Amino acid sequence: MASTTIHAYYDDDDVLMHAVKKVKAAKHHIEEVYCPFPVHGLDKAMGLAPTRIAITSFIYGCIGLLVSIIMMNYIMIEDWPQDIGGKPSFSYIENMPAFVPIMFELTVFFAAHLMVITFYLRSRLWPFKKAENPDVRSTDAHFIMEIEVHDNEKELTDLLLDTGAVELNIIKNSH
Amino acid sequence: MYTFSNRLKITSFILMAIGALAIGVGFVSAPTTVEQAKAMVAAHDDGHGGAHAEEAGQAAAAEHSGAMAHEEAGHGMSHDEHLLHQLQNKPWAALYVAAFFFFMIALGALAFYAIQHASQAGWSPLLFRVMEGITSYLVPGGIIVFLILLLSVLHMNHLFVWMDADVVAEDKLLQGKSGFLNPIWFLVRAAIFLGGWILYREYSRKLSLQQDGASDNANFKLNFRISAGFLVFYLITESMMSWDWIMSVDPHWFSTLFGWYVFASMFVSGITVIALVSIYLKSKGYLEEVSDSHIHDLAKFMFGISIFWTYLWFSQFMLIWYSNIPEEVTYYVTRIEDYKLPFFAMVVMNFVFPILILMNSEFKRVNWFVIMAGLVILAGHYLDIFNMIMPSTVGDQWYIGIPEIGAVIFFLGLFIFWVFRALSTVPLQPKRNPFIEESKHFHY
Repeated sequence: MASTTIHAYYDDDDVLMHAVKKVKAAKHHIEEVYCPFPVHGLDKAMGLAPTRIAITSFIYGCIGLLVSIIMMNYIMIEDWPQDIGGKPSFSYIENMPAFVPIMFELTVFFAAHLMVITFYLRSRLWPFKKAENPDVRSTDAHFIMEIEVHDNEKELTDLLLDTGAVELNIIKNSH
Repeated sequence: MYTFSNRLKITSFILMAIGALAIGVGFVSAPTTVEQAKAMVAAHDDGHGGAHAEEAGQAAAAEHSGAMAHEEAGHGMSHDEHLLHQLQNKPWAALYVAAFFFFMIALGALAFYAIQHASQAGWSPLLFRVMEGITSYLVPGGIIVFLILLLSVLHMNHLFVWMDADVVAEDKLLQGKSGFLNPIWFLVRAAIFLGGWILYREYSRKLSLQQDGASDNANFKLNFRISAGFLVFYLITESMMSWDWIMSVDPHWFSTLFGWYVFASMFVSGITVIALVSIYLKSKGYLEEVSDSHIHDLAKFMFGISIFWTYLWFSQFMLIWYSNIPEEVTYYVTRIEDYKLPFFAMVVMNFVFPILILMNSEFKRVNWFVIMAGLVILAGHYLDIFNMIMPSTVGDQWYIGIPEIGAVIFFLGLFIFWVFRALSTVPLQPKRNPFIEESKHFHY
């Protein structure tokens, strides 16, 4: 099926934000916005669902905490107990303060690394992947808004030019 | 322009009256002779089978650990006399803890205020008048703390054992420290600290108000410079203040990060009170331009500094616990043996509770959530100060009763009266701060 999309180019993030709000107010669906840097509040303006990455981060942190407890219990209490600082109690809970830095570090380590990996997987990013952005300029000084056309090309182009787009590309692709 | 409502004014007066009455009751009911002290402890133990033996055991533990300075000093002093001094200290310590706690709120808010100026923060100018209102309490609060210290120097109480010449005469360690820890130099330092803080507060407030009517940004620029300078002065004096006013109640014990630890406590308390007062004023229809985003930012600070406090609390605890050096570890032995409940309750209130309640981004925008978390944080930091002062001054005779609660109520009343009176003197919104537009449009 042949589909037509419009790429609207903007050269300022404030102009882009107002444009996104206008286009949403006119009840058009924005496919994607390509930005050279993260634009604060753009996700809300586009009406994207809130991110769930924070929930995964919390879960990963809990896993890291658990791993550190099991690990330190095995290393320091069960497998090779040592008398450090006159505390030969061989009990995890009584030696717990000494393990807190490790518990903290592994919590942060797991939360941070697994969250980044989750983000890459969810965004379908991996090494040597071909870039998805339609124009290299979106990595430099331009913001590109992608909108699908449904027999309303004229109306859309008028609206987009009205919002301050500096360039419009109409792309017909058949796939 | 905010008007100090009669209802709040009357509430603050009632709080002060009830508090003053309770403080008075605390002083009157303190024992004056050894016999009275023994009778009080005995009456307290009535009905507990075998409580006496337990008492004796605890007292022995305290002798070995907590009140080392007292004990070493008083080789000639009997155990009963020691008990008398602890019970006589109790109303004084209760007064001192509450006086310092409310003073430290104002000082913490002042540090936050100075940081806003020094960093030229764009989000916060809308809240400057609220911060200045809270820091106005520095003057009465500082004078009251200074008076209590002065009365200690005049031997009206035994909060600071090193002020007793007889104790120092028998104590080699205190003799070694007497070049720094002597009554005159102690009071001179206190006067320098308080003088510097109050001077900055009044001058910065004056510049901030002048900026409203100015035609250029000269006042703003000068305020930036003196705020940066003040922060240097503050960090040094605040650290020394914590050694002087808090750490020296137990003059044999020392901790190198104590100044930071006390700073974290006062910083989070000050920020919490800024949030609470802002939310209160908003609920009364003032501060229209202050949005949930500003409250969100304050709540982020409450969350972050609570964790910072825990970091310092734990850093201090772990090193001392691990090395287990007798002269250091006595600090925690006393607290865990005699103060188990307030000591661990404080960690729950200052760390576990805020981390769970304020972690979620959305919760930080819900005002009543912030108020609830803030009240728990403030109570937790009161307990923190309580745990710093009480073990060395009243030993195992602590109790949160009429004198303690009365002192808190009294200073709460005074704090409310002074802060809201100051808030009602000038418009709540700065007019000509160069960042005021950014602050109005601040959006998370």
